[in-house]
Amino acid sequence: MTELATQPAAPARAGALGGLRVVEMGFAAAGPLVGKYLANFGAEVIRLESRLAADVFRTTYPPFKDGIVEPDHAGMFAFYNDGKRSATLNLKHPKGVALARALIARADVFVESFTPGTVARLGLGPDSLRADHRELIVLSSCNQGQTGPHAFHPGYGSQLSALAGFVQLLGEPDSTPVLLYGPYIDYIAVGYGAIAVLAALERRKRTGIGCTIDLSQYEAGLQFLAPTILEFAANGRIPGRSGNADAVAAPHGVYRCAGADRWVALSVWDDTRWRAFCDATGIAGPATAADRRAARVELDARIEAWTRTRERDEVVRLLRAKGLRVAPVLSISELFTDPQLAHRGMWPRLTHPAIGEMHVMAPPFRLAATPSVQERPGPTLGADNDHVFGEILGLSLDERRTLERDGVFE
Amino acid sequence: MRVLDLADLEGAVCGRILADLGADVVKIEPPGGEPDRLRPPFIDDVENSERSIPWLAANVNKRGITCDVRSAEGRALFGRLAATARIVVESARPGRLRELGLEDALRDAIVVSISPYGQDGPLAGSPGSDLEVTAASGSLWLAGEEGHAPVRTSQPQSPYWSGMYGAMGALVALQAALPQRVDVSAQAAMTTVHPPAPVWWDIAHEEHGRTGPFLLGRSNVGSRFRNLWECADGFVSFAIQGGPIGRHTGRMLVEWMAERGAVPPALAAIDWDRFDNSRLTQPEVDELEAVIAPFLLSLTKAEFFSGVVKRKMLGYPVGDASDSLADPQLRARDFWRSFSPIDGVPALPFPGGFALFDGERPALRRPAPRVGEHNVEVYGEIGVADAELAALRAAGTI
Repeated sequence: MTELATQPAAPARAGALGGLRVVEMGFAAAGPLVGKYLANFGAEVIRLESRLAADVFRTTYPPFKDGIVEPDHAGMFAFYNDGKRSATLNLKHPKGVALARALIARADVFVESFTPGTVARLGLGPDSLRADHRELIVLSSCNQGQTGPHAFHPGYGSQLSALAGFVQLLGEPDSTPVLLYGPYIDYIAVGYGAIAVLAALERRKRTGIGCTIDLSQYEAGLQFLAPTILEFAANGRIPGRSGNADAVAAPHGVYRCAGADRWVALSVWDDTRWRAFCDATGIAGPATAADRRAARVELDARIEAWTRTRERDEVVRLLRAKGLRVAPVLSISELFTDPQLAHRGMWPRLTHPAIGEMHVMAPPFRLAATPSVQERPGPTLGADNDHVFGEILGLSLDERRTLERDGVFE
Repeated sequence: MRVLDLADLEGAVCGRILADLGADVVKIEPPGGEPDRLRPPFIDDVENSERSIPWLAANVNKRGITCDVRSAEGRALFGRLAATARIVVESARPGRLRELGLEDALRDAIVVSISPYGQDGPLAGSPGSDLEVTAASGSLWLAGEEGHAPVRTSQPQSPYWSGMYGAMGALVALQAALPQRVDVSAQAAMTTVHPPAPVWWDIAHEEHGRTGPFLLGRSNVGSRFRNLWECADGFVSFAIQGGPIGRHTGRMLVEWMAERGAVPPALAAIDWDRFDNSRLTQPEVDELEAVIAPFLLSLTKAEFFSGVVKRKMLGYPVGDASDSLADPQLRARDFWRSFSPIDGVPALPFPGGFALFDGERPALRRPAPRVGEHNVEVYGEIGVADAELAALRAAGTI
């Protein structure tokens, strides 16, 4: 392939991670959302994609804007990839692999979420990349980890959430479990994946050496179930579904309010607050938590008889004024107008070139001195080819035209 | 790198993660121990401050000291400790640290503050537990049977989400190398756990809700797909899916059914190379699901699991704690770390480190601390002499 000119480092940018360059390949949520968070704090994140095998979030998973099933109209891709650049590369072409290697050689972090062994087969395995670039951090995130008898088993987050035990804990006692909406466990793996990358960057400051990170989405998810596993191991009981009941608080539940599908969640954690609850509502019940827990069913019925004739937000106002724990069960559409989330800027609004006005999601933590910045919508397919192959890799227009003709950018 | 951890169980996971990564995390409790040490369940069902399972799980790898930060002496002591820390984690009511006069000591630290709704805004300071923040995040709205009350996951999840994002925020701030506050809202944390539901509202103005065992959001014509099925000894997670792996899964299902008997005509008729689940109408989905159900009902969870692994199909059994501990994949990767959480209790399997770094799993170096277990050690390190320590103890400061 052509000689590559000497390249500038990643351009300086505002934000905590300004100057960091991340290259990623992957699909769906579990890998790419790691890059989104890094991009939101200022890293330059370049998503390498293929036109021949685009992300399922571009091709398969609705919703698509106006029902147009095209890669640039895919709502989920745009939502999960804001802040990034997109460059297309055909990794089945040897020149495509060489360009990917050249780009990764200029990056700090490489994130991939393919089936184990895929990147190594392409000539982009962590050992081979790091042999030329000892500062590189490679995060490989997959369903079951890079090794072991189930390493090659394909899987999506919603079903892995079932395997790990989350679904078993959701529903009414002695009833069938209900679904945990979405690829729940993927988002846990995203958090731990970003943490692992950031920790490796911190270590690299001291050692000058990168890291190969093997993240199993299954193992990440099980971190969130440690008490359940320990309870079984220590006490021999398999924790199951307990509806909305709690081992301490009583009452502790979700109650129907006036109107269609309107609900309020509330909990009382000590006897003093129980008296305040009784004063506020006129509901009577046992004075001690143990007796209230024993009378749960009857107490819940009495509370619901009170809430169901009242507006949800009126119940919330009344009980919040007494310092009690209460919240409306917000529907998804209501999240976009919730004053508290709005105050935190949870849903930045961006104009996407194909989708138009849309909302993206802010990180759920705010940094006072180096806040997240979300100005770049999820990229259209190959939107940044010129930047990546021209500015970063220094290929001339003629060189790029030749490569394009050879199908390297497919 | 030292981390001071003032957080209760709503924020303890943040320090746990930093400790797993090798930070010297010092948990500061009030003299006598923090109230969350009494969160059930307890090891062997013996209710005392050393046996709370959620507390023990969230405080592995930390050292523990006591300090009454409400007293003048305690405040001074905290100031000396804070001078040695890069990161401080706390979960007090917003504004409480200032009221206690502790904020001045934190000017040079990254302060991770974990609260139900955040440090400011109309709900800052409102009390809330896992149930309320989950309700206010939309997550609760999506879980349960259609028309019935929403349900929450029976093991509280928001403390884990908040703690994880707190650790992420602390590490981002560390890269910026600027002392600053990291303001984690548990409500916001729980709002991140259920995309694509917000995308469906934003892009298509479709309000997703509770659908029991059914998956929404896989169809361009409004169909829903069963994702939880009864099997011979429990439940399995399986769905009619699209995309290359989904089509492979369908093809393999037909082969598997053929091995065990006959393939129903509705399935035999499908050309899997052209199969597109997103275009199936609800009656078409229902017809396919009706003939798949008896097959899945005939399998045990173990048969289903080995069958899908062998054929590289999408699908898993609905596991519980006993299944996790028996899982061959986790064993092969040496995931579980067995150790005794307190003296006199047999070793228990803790989830091991969350990732492998150059092939190594971060170690579980020590169990969660007893109340004030490391007072002498930690205060000694910051130069508190024995006589001074005795005086602080006598005054009830530690």
